[in-house]
Amino acid sequence: MENGLDKQSNILKIFNTTFIVFWLLIACFPFIWTFWGSFKVRADFFSRADWWYAITAFNTLIETGKSFTIQAYSGAWFEGEFWKASRNTVIVTVSVVSISLFLGTLGAYALSRSTKNYAFWILIVALIFRAMPHITLVSGYLFPFFQLQIWGILPTTIVVLIAINQPFTLWLLYSFFKTVPKELDESALIDGCSYFQTFRHIIMPVMWPGVITAGLFSLMLAYNDFTVTALLLNQENHTMVPKIQSYLGTNQHEGNLMWAVSSVVSATAPLFLLIMFFQKQVISGLTAGAVKG
Amino acid sequence: MKKILIAFSFLLFSTYANADCNIKSGSINILANDFPALRTFVETAKECKGKAEFKVTHSAEHNKIAVPALTANPSEFSARIAANSSIVPLMNGGLIRPMNDLVKKYGKGIQESQLITIDGKVMAVAFMANAQHLYIRTDVLKQHGISTPKTYEEVVAASEKIRAAGKMKYPYAAAYKAGWNLAEEFVNMYIGHGGEFFKSGTATPSINNAKGVATLNMLKKLADLSNPDYLTHDSESIKVEWEAGNVAIMTLWASRAGTLLDAEGDAKITAATKLVAPATVGGGNIPATTLWWDGFTLAKNRSDADAEASFRAMAYAASSKEMAAKAADQAVWLIEGFVPGPKSVGVIEAVKMGAKPYPMLPQMGLMHGALGNEIVEFLQGNETAEQALKDVEAAYTSKAKEQGFL
Amino acid sequence: MPNKTFFWFFLPTGLAMMLFIGLPIISAGTQSFYAQHDQVLKEVEKCDPFGCKISVQIDQEASSKIREEKPLGKFNGFGTYIDRNHLAFDELSELWGESNSTGEFVGKVTNLPFYKALIFTLTYCIIVTPCVLLLGFIIALSLNAVARKIRGPLIFGTILPMIVTPLIGSLVLFWMVDAKGIIGANLQILMNDPYLSVKSSKYLTWITIIIYGIWHHSPFAFVVFYAALQTVPQEPLEASIIDGASRFQRVKHIILPHIYPVVTFVALISLMDNFRVFEPIIGFSAQGSAQSLSWLIYDNLVNEEVILFGSAAATSIMTIIGIAIILAPVLIRTWREFRTVR
Repeated sequence: MENGLDKQSNILKIFNTTFIVFWLLIACFPFIWTFWGSFKVRADFFSRADWWYAITAFNTLIETGKSFTIQAYSGAWFEGEFWKASRNTVIVTVSVVSISLFLGTLGAYALSRSTKNYAFWILIVALIFRAMPHITLVSGYLFPFFQLQIWGILPTTIVVLIAINQPFTLWLLYSFFKTVPKELDESALIDGCSYFQTFRHIIMPVMWPGVITAGLFSLMLAYNDFTVTALLLNQENHTMVPKIQSYLGTNQHEGNLMWAVSSVVSATAPLFLLIMFFQKQVISGLTAGAVKG
Repeated sequence: MKKILIAFSFLLFSTYANADCNIKSGSINILANDFPALRTFVETAKECKGKAEFKVTHSAEHNKIAVPALTANPSEFSARIAANSSIVPLMNGGLIRPMNDLVKKYGKGIQESQLITIDGKVMAVAFMANAQHLYIRTDVLKQHGISTPKTYEEVVAASEKIRAAGKMKYPYAAAYKAGWNLAEEFVNMYIGHGGEFFKSGTATPSINNAKGVATLNMLKKLADLSNPDYLTHDSESIKVEWEAGNVAIMTLWASRAGTLLDAEGDAKITAATKLVAPATVGGGNIPATTLWWDGFTLAKNRSDADAEASFRAMAYAASSKEMAAKAADQAVWLIEGFVPGPKSVGVIEAVKMGAKPYPMLPQMGLMHGALGNEIVEFLQGNETAEQALKDVEAAYTSKAKEQGFL
Repeated sequence: MPNKTFFWFFLPTGLAMMLFIGLPIISAGTQSFYAQHDQVLKEVEKCDPFGCKISVQIDQEASSKIREEKPLGKFNGFGTYIDRNHLAFDELSELWGESNSTGEFVGKVTNLPFYKALIFTLTYCIIVTPCVLLLGFIIALSLNAVARKIRGPLIFGTILPMIVTPLIGSLVLFWMVDAKGIIGANLQILMNDPYLSVKSSKYLTWITIIIYGIWHHSPFAFVVFYAALQTVPQEPLEASIIDGASRFQRVKHIILPHIYPVVTFVALISLMDNFRVFEPIIGFSAQGSAQSLSWLIYDNLVNEEVILFGSAAATSIMTIIGIAIILAPVLIRTWREFRTVR
């Protein structure tokens, strides 16, 4: 809302700035803290004596001779085989996002262009589907997957994540498709295009801000999922999140907390970069699409 | 009891025998929990795989996937490493196969006492033992003129004395995290009081009695001497408290001793930490703890060739003196030739004192779950002991009815 | 769009959803009406490294025979739904008879596992959802008023809480909130109570989980509201500024009505997700103080050695019904819009 007419009083500007700074602090501080702490040893970051140790690196100096150490990272990535988990996450995420978007755009387009009542009911059913707790779904998968011998491999998890994600993707893309005027379709159809051609050449180019937004949410679902990946993947194929969970240990036996901390940072960093790279597109795309709509 | 002692000394002094590693075929796929001792075990088994295909899945979710995985035909895994509690659903579902013939043929290095037999059939071969027992800070106890506590009443008295002296506010620690851990503490304490969980021969619960109330009261006394966050503290958290020097007496698993007494952390505390026998309670003779074993089982829904290959590889590990010697720190191995060091003291003492194993009853898991949830309110001071026990029995009963036990 | 074209466009999505969500829901629903067959127990001798003992064991041959005949189990009707671990009808009537006052009755009812979980779930839902909507909206307004050039990094910083997986995010906060952690220690100083421990107090734990929920979900509302703010038409806004409308009036009369459908969408998703709250309870190890419906399901499926499918299925179905009830007003409004647009 930046035009000459909309002048903000100084008080409002100060309030605005303070609020934003305050919110950013709350939003970012836990990550900054974790990032900082990942370069210390366990006794500092999880100190029972004094939390200042995490800043002054008291025990890190004792144990490693320097105030920063990368032993948590090297431990997790090599001995803890986090590099395998990262590779698996990339495979799963790329597959889920691309296929999910492909199927979702097709389905949402149809839903947005249909004039029948069943379109509404399908949307409602999809919403109800989304209400099902994931843990029950996945527990239901275990028996048949083992029987069919498809448990533990990446494709199974990819298909499951795509299916679970569909309701949300459908709803999101549906609302974006609705902002594209029907006249665009109609002129293309009159010109002799089939529905699919209209979809592919006329509508989709206009839709890409919505696609990117839906893609982003898909990405976060696939990247951050725990329930599905922890239960449906075998050791070799574990993605990042279940791997981090495994570093936390069990009842009777020790885990490796600092590995978990450094893996958390390692897992979140690529997302930062990705969002940073895409946010320009998303914001400009959304704004551009808005002006048209 | 004497038999157990003899069996144990047999473990230590028998002759060593090599298992046969000339496996020609078969596909081995092991499902196991994820901690160092099991990783060592599986790696040792891998050395013996011969020409067989060898895969393993270490997962903290192993309990969730074990039953579906082994129910499928053919089963995903050919073997599963289980403990007293996790073998129960496998038995309940008829998912594992008896190993009597395989033991006779290839189990030369395995001791008689390593065999888990149910109704005469060998259903598992155990290779390590675990139990909760007391850890004490000798320097703190000496400072206050307290001798090693032998009963929980003495633990309470000692902790109160240490607290009164002013240096440690929360001298006692145990893993009271709501859920599995808390239930385990109750189970141990209740057994120490000589209580029975079910009416003999049935699945009807019987914990709402004087012994149950005494158990809860003792747990409350101990909880009040611990860090007030105890309902969120698992074994890891109390170990951290110990290493920070905030605790003087602790009830902890023997298997945690390895990392507790390692090179990291305050050397003074490590030097002053001593592992001692588990405590008794309420004037009882047996310690207030339960004995646990970890062992391997074979899936029923796999070919005989796979079963044989899996057995031979794991029997090699389950009788490997070298592994027991190399990994002496990681577990209390039940393997012959294992020399128990100071870290095994607690378990050996527990066995000597006649501690009972964790009940391998088919309905025990339901009771364990009910306990973990329903006694929290009592510890928080929101209900009476009798009410809490009544809740436990009610929660257990409805679960048992659903599972067909009642 | 003709039916046939619609069918082909929608088929892959529909198939995926039916197979992986629809079928399991039907299967769970069916399962919730069955209980396990009565177990046939026999006494056998069990030996382990610590000795031999005679105790009960399930009779495998008899059990597998029964199981083969009726694989689903024993038909239980609504038995699982009304047993103590769920709606507890019998216990409710018993407690009603026992209690002298409504307060006492409510106190005893909250001791039952399902109702204990329901109360926390509803509290969480009712507090977190409006806070998320409000906070997301305010942040969107704020950031919208900032110079375009520096918006990028600010937006990026704002959505951080959303992009970390909830299990890990709540774990990080758990470490910080501990009495010796950075937030916990400073809270003690702030409240002037050297023994204040968030983890040991039931109400503080609830507050912590709720604050975590708001912290984690607000960025989602922010993203959607911010996008919607970009679509607000400029002319009515400018006209109102010329007319002398205050900022607040502008927001209330022009902006809010315009982005109203988006508010509905965010409210829907937010309500649904908050009703299924689960990861923070695990992350904060808070099951002693706070339990939710999803946590009950998790407990049934995970924390027992004996997996309670029927119980978990019943709770899941009730969760879906609960969500449907909560969403009903919003859905009715959506239906009305749908009719008018068509």
